[in-house]
Amino acid sequence: MELLGLYHYWVFVVLLMIGFYAVVAKVNLIKKLIGLSLFQSAVFLLYITMSKVSGGTAPIVLPGMVDPLYSNPLPQVLILTAIVVGISTTALGLGIVVRIKEEYGTTEEHEIQEIDRR
Amino acid sequence: MTIVFGIFLLTLLVITALGIVHTRNLFVAVMLLGIFSLLIALNFFILDAADVALTEAAVGAGISTVLFLGALALTSERERLGTRHRWLSLAVVASATLVVLYATFDKPRFGDPNAPVHQHVAPWYLEKTPEYVDIPNVVTAVLGSFRGYDTLGEVFVVFTAGIGVLFLLSSRRGGANHRPPGERDASGIGLREHVIPRVVGRLLVPFILLFGLYVQFHGEYGPGGGFQAGALIAAAFILYALIEGEDRTLAAVPQRWLNALMVGGALLYGGVGLAGIVLGSNFLDYSVLGADPVAGQHLGIILIEAGVGMTVTGTLLSIFHAFAARDRA
Amino acid sequence: MMDLILDVVSWALLSAGGVFVLIGGIGALRMPNLYTRMHAASVTDTMGAVLVLTGVMLQAGLSLATIKLAAILLFLLVTSPTASYALASAALLAGIKPDAGHAADEATDS
Repeated sequence: MELLGLYHYWVFVVLLMIGFYAVVAKVNLIKKLIGLSLFQSAVFLLYITMSKVSGGTAPIVLPGMVDPLYSNPLPQVLILTAIVVGISTTALGLGIVVRIKEEYGTTEEHEIQEIDRR
Repeated sequence: MTIVFGIFLLTLLVITALGIVHTRNLFVAVMLLGIFSLLIALNFFILDAADVALTEAAVGAGISTVLFLGALALTSERERLGTRHRWLSLAVVASATLVVLYATFDKPRFGDPNAPVHQHVAPWYLEKTPEYVDIPNVVTAVLGSFRGYDTLGEVFVVFTAGIGVLFLLSSRRGGANHRPPGERDASGIGLREHVIPRVVGRLLVPFILLFGLYVQFHGEYGPGGGFQAGALIAAAFILYALIEGEDRTLAAVPQRWLNALMVGGALLYGGVGLAGIVLGSNFLDYSVLGADPVAGQHLGIILIEAGVGMTVTGTLLSIFHAFAARDRA
Repeated sequence: MMDLILDVVSWALLSAGGVFVLIGGIGALRMPNLYTRMHAASVTDTMGAVLVLTGVMLQAGLSLATIKLAAILLFLLVTSPTASYALASAALLAGIKPDAGHAADEATDS
């Protein structure tokens, strides 16, 4: 169980950094948004990993269960909200990228900065 | 055996993420992002988060892919220049990785029931839900009743995103050549000349809508609720739009109705909160809405979940139409 | 006794389903052309899904879960071949020729 837990956290770190690298190093705006989406998913993985209790089940209280052990419902509520907020901001970001493409004619960041400098 | 499965899924996640960042074709990246969302939804399910898995699958693998594809159709499909300042970025990312990796050794042991996150509020919620709210799904009880303020804020965030996209993209003219509004290009026709997807799609749309309604109203007894239902119902209409063309979908569900859904859902949620004040108690206190507190809680949760479902459906469909109706440059 | 038979049969069905999906995966990697790859992946995928779901239905017995699994099975039987058809016809529209001799995909160039 120790290895699995640490593996979860390491995968979280790797996914976080892959997303972060895409936001920082890539030049295309849509690629940056995709990287941001990966970053958010990594954070969701961290929270849900922390909510798991060994030997627990999903937090649905059914009648007739003998001495049940439930996983923590609180991080699940937070991440439920976070997923929906994440898709909303991604949609708004995509709208902005489409408008940038229409105004500047390109979605590559260095070309946009070039046009702005002129 | 679960350990092996968990490790396998996590490794697949990392491989998919590497593939997403590496590929220069954005279409491939978006498809891989859909696969990534599905894999992470599977992971959530193994970690006992059924509601979160359902939401991630519906919203992440479904709606997000469609929105990215809509944006890709309006911009370019390939990255022209891949990476700038590669070594500097790699150095920054590597040092950040080492710092966060060092922090993971202090994290609580996986599955430890004595971890700090399982103290204080969480056992109180698990214990008091049968007494105060009396619905089986604790996540819906916490989302709708105990933490109702957060969900109210979330509904308003979704609404704001919808308004934002409508501000940016709602007029049909886009790009350098403005076409007169009467002339439609071939992209509005959809898949009408392909018989098989058309027949199967039209067969499936009512069942997807039925499933969406089932998820909406069963959110209290099992995984489900307003967000998932909103995404599912929006997905049904998006499927119809992909097959029959966007004009026909707008004729079936006009933009006025979508606006009404968006606004109505948020107003319903706020209205239920205000009803608490009018009936003599606090904002978003549902216990005064019914004959006894538990019945009031039931009524309150049904109403606000309906509000959430309405706003999410209206917003996601409006955003889809905003992308789909935009003329290509 | 009945339990043992049910267990053995569902074990056989689940393994067979897994074998089919594995064959489909190998086919998707080793086939030379886009269309042959799609054929390998889609046919074995549907069959594997049918076998796995039937095996799980035998394990669930007569309950609500079985009806839900049957609904999922019906849904998969309808949508999986349709999705493969849509994929293949989209590839044909994009101009990829169903030529069995080519080792590389034209999709990576366009």
